[in-house]
Amino acid sequence: MTAPRDKFGRPIVVVTGMGIVTSLGGGKTDNWKRLTAGESGIRTVTRFPLDSLKTTMAGAVDFVTVDPFSSTSLSQRLAEIATEEALEQSGIGNKGDFPGPLFLAVAPIETEWPQRLEIAREVPTKDFGIIDYLATCSGGKFAHFHRRFTFGSVALNLAETFGTKGSPISLSTACASGATAIQLGVEAIRRGETDATLCVATDGSVNPEAMVRFSLLSALSTQNNPPQGASKPFSKNRDGFVMAEGAGALVLESYEAAMARGARILGVVAGCGELTDSFHRTRSAPDGKPAIGCVRKTLADAGMEPEQIDHINAHGTSTPENDKMEYLATSAVFGEHTKNIPVSSNKSMVGHTISAAGAVEAIFSLLTLEHQRIPPTINYEVPDPAIPFDVVGNKARDAKVTAVMSNSFGFGGQNASLILTREPA
Amino acid sequence: MAEKEVWITGVGLLSSLGEGLDAHWQALGEKRVNADDKRLAPYVIHPIAPVSFDAQIPKKGDQRQMETWQRIGTYAAGLALDSAGVKGNQEILSRMDMIIAAGGGERDLNVDLAIMNADAQGKLPPALLNEKLMNELRPTLFLAQLSNLLAGNIAIVHGVCGTSRTFMGEEASSIDAARIAVARIGAGQSDIALVGAAHNGDRGDLLMLYSFGDFALKDQYAPVWARRNHPGFAIGSAGAFLVMESREHAEARGAKPYARLTKVVADLAKRKQPGAVTKSLQTMWPQLGVSNDKAVLITGATGAEPATAEEREFLGQHPGLAVRATGTTFGHTMEAQFPLGLALAALSISRGALYPANDPTGLEVEKTDAPTQIVVLGVGHWQGEGMALVEAVK
Repeated sequence: MTAPRDKFGRPIVVVTGMGIVTSLGGGKTDNWKRLTAGESGIRTVTRFPLDSLKTTMAGAVDFVTVDPFSSTSLSQRLAEIATEEALEQSGIGNKGDFPGPLFLAVAPIETEWPQRLEIAREVPTKDFGIIDYLATCSGGKFAHFHRRFTFGSVALNLAETFGTKGSPISLSTACASGATAIQLGVEAIRRGETDATLCVATDGSVNPEAMVRFSLLSALSTQNNPPQGASKPFSKNRDGFVMAEGAGALVLESYEAAMARGARILGVVAGCGELTDSFHRTRSAPDGKPAIGCVRKTLADAGMEPEQIDHINAHGTSTPENDKMEYLATSAVFGEHTKNIPVSSNKSMVGHTISAAGAVEAIFSLLTLEHQRIPPTINYEVPDPAIPFDVVGNKARDAKVTAVMSNSFGFGGQNASLILTREPA
Repeated sequence: MAEKEVWITGVGLLSSLGEGLDAHWQALGEKRVNADDKRLAPYVIHPIAPVSFDAQIPKKGDQRQMETWQRIGTYAAGLALDSAGVKGNQEILSRMDMIIAAGGGERDLNVDLAIMNADAQGKLPPALLNEKLMNELRPTLFLAQLSNLLAGNIAIVHGVCGTSRTFMGEEASSIDAARIAVARIGAGQSDIALVGAAHNGDRGDLLMLYSFGDFALKDQYAPVWARRNHPGFAIGSAGAFLVMESREHAEARGAKPYARLTKVVADLAKRKQPGAVTKSLQTMWPQLGVSNDKAVLITGATGAEPATAEEREFLGQHPGLAVRATGTTFGHTMEAQFPLGLALAALSISRGALYPANDPTGLEVEKTDAPTQIVVLGVGHWQGEGMALVEAVK
């Protein structure tokens, strides 16, 4: 029997349950089938009018509906669906009684336009200002909007539904949020505070204002036709990321606790690392130093050598800058070994699920380990010669995969990486 | 393995009272309150004191990229780093961990109001919303609003670059920020961390959320404990940051502690049941290890009900405590509620005195001897509760 502690004497953290929703579908089975078949979940948006928008496609999850619609309610629903799947697989605790804390990656929340306008229509004054508007907000008629749009609302509702313990943490580290949620869970188990954590990441942000905001930062692809061709990580003609929705949920447990209850081990979170980039609010340092440091810290945390990584699940957003920087950072750390590492970006198919991406991609990494099959990077027709990765282009590839590095590099200098392995070392 | 002792070695404060520890100590001693019932009348707010941001954010270009909440936070973070003696110390800053509690930033209220008025007058077909947003939102406004961009700005301006985590969720986010930082340092997962939050109360757009639930204090300012018949919180403005580090790390670099941060606990009471907050506080209290029944308690009690009444019930069971409510002086600073309490506790311990009571109801009593144990209490206006024990270093 393997020791339940890692080489640094810390409890080994394993995954015993996973749940996922993306634009490709609900659940691991459907997602994996479509992902490895190279299908795209990106479509022309039908949720709202597209007039005046430069970008008209997204990986919206339209097969899940919430009424009344808000991105916050959709985020919560996606998180619930993913969590239910993860808990069922894990078999941990009892219904409504999860024996550990919740770490939730969620997009920042505010009152959304449909609700703002609903109130505006009830303001009695013509040409009203904020004080008149606030008078209509108060009085209790819209109290449900307070319950919906506090920053803590999604975590509160999830904590109540699933009976997680203690104070649930909602977090945002931009595109790295999902990885940060996992990292917080790993740290809590390593500290011995708990035997299990529920790490959830969700994003239901495809709404007009969010699309406009990213569009104004020139971050989004505008290659609208065909929509499924827009996200093309590592291609020379890539022009931005594609917004997408989804959720991922993972049950993390100490190896010891998981073994004690006879749980099936789906994989190991062998290492996590994080290093902040202070170069710019939206751009990465041109020398890639922070990303390099992040990858190195992650290897060190796992106690692994670069040569032990045999697949990279890339951040691969399909923005001109990210993909270039990611190659730069990777090749700096992995050197000659870089060319031996098959690299793929799930975002070519599911789009960029932003706050959820780190968890969604960790789950895809674990499925890659389970099936020994690497999902493709689709739309890889014109390889960028400046990025000589071994990209798993267009078709899934069977490969021996023992350790996957999953990267997340986001706005605000947020860099986080995870190393996932099949078996406890 | 024994947990490492956590020290508070840096404190940065910018608020409606002014900036820096001396200014705050003096203002607290004079029972000064900076409340404004005109700016956003009928709502009472505590606006940030006039400050030149240049001293901590030297590049105007950086200031332009931020909205006020980020400037307040980045400024206060700089004060904390200065006070810890690590400002500009690349070696330390490059491995310093950061946990920020944040809400969202200011919206462009003029754009919002124009759209809402157009809609109310039937002049906003759905398609026009996109056009207005595309044409009228400033591209950089997004970055000024994003929760994690306070941390981003602190990294850019001050070079705090180890790790960066932003917690959200109103008051509870700041309790958890402190809790996780202490847990990490205690377990040896971190040596030194910057923890804090910023809040700008001078925001009509922010009042929306709290108006929905009728939480905002209207018409007239009153000290928190005197709001029983006229409940609500006056939104406050503050940046409150702390440098926390392991005792070994602090001693190795010759840093002096303000205080020791012994314990932080947090809870999520099931508030649908009346009395749940009181019960939660009763459950957390013994976990702190308060040994002195004449200890001090600094609370962020908001004045909003029923949370404040339930907290008062708990305080009634500890009559020996010298209580101070930050809400009376600073208003409710939301995500900054808990770090503000921690900052004032550390300041009081380091000055060897507790500042005077400011409470016409008599709940707060004077304390003449030097405080050695100060409990910091945070109860969210809607969800989340927590406590910390701040002690004199032995």
